[in-house]
Amino acid sequence: MAQNEEIRYLTPKQTDQKKKKYCRFKKAGIKYVDYKDPEFLKKFLNEQGKILPRRITGTSLKFQRKVAQAVKKARHLALLPYVTDMMK
Amino acid sequence: MVNHYETVFVLTPVLSEPQMKEAVDKFENLLTQNGGTILNREEWGLRKLAYPIQAKTSGFYCVLQYDVETAFIAKLETEFTRDERVLRFLTTRLDKYAFEYAEKRRNHTKKEEA
Repeated sequence: MAQNEEIRYLTPKQTDQKKKKYCRFKKAGIKYVDYKDPEFLKKFLNEQGKILPRRITGTSLKFQRKVAQAVKKARHLALLPYVTDMMK
Repeated sequence: MVNHYETVFVLTPVLSEPQMKEAVDKFENLLTQNGGTILNREEWGLRKLAYPIQAKTSGFYCVLQYDVETAFIAKLETEFTRDERVLRFLTTRLDKYAFEYAEKRRNHTKKEEA
């Protein structure tokens, strides 16, 4: 009987405050994503070199497409790997 | 119709320094003879490739920014594909923002050199 009693916490469970995501391009006023600069593009790739989704990076749709195009061009020129492990 | 273009190409690392210069000059002259104007020429030198191309792990990167008649681009690309020293090349058309960015970057490097 006691099991189905709800567990009561002393302090309310600390869910991490949802950090308001923002599009870094709009904020910084960047207009063009350069495909020749792999260091900057790496911020949008995960460890395996895959492009991070918008819900993680928070970029707007317009700039997510520009980033994706830039990453694919950089991959073609071997500035960025197609797939790797432990990049960064 | 003259447009702004930018080509990044990778030369095989096997070449010696003068051969590299000669290869880049060849494309530059090709452009100037056909009514193109070279705005900027950047050489990043030998760089490690992210993945091996034709069993080579490093390449000589060079960036050419230029304005040329649209019709000439097709010929230029066949020239790149025919030249076996070039491992890989990518030609992009510069739109308004891209051109602005390239200009800013060019003046920036000029300021550094000055």
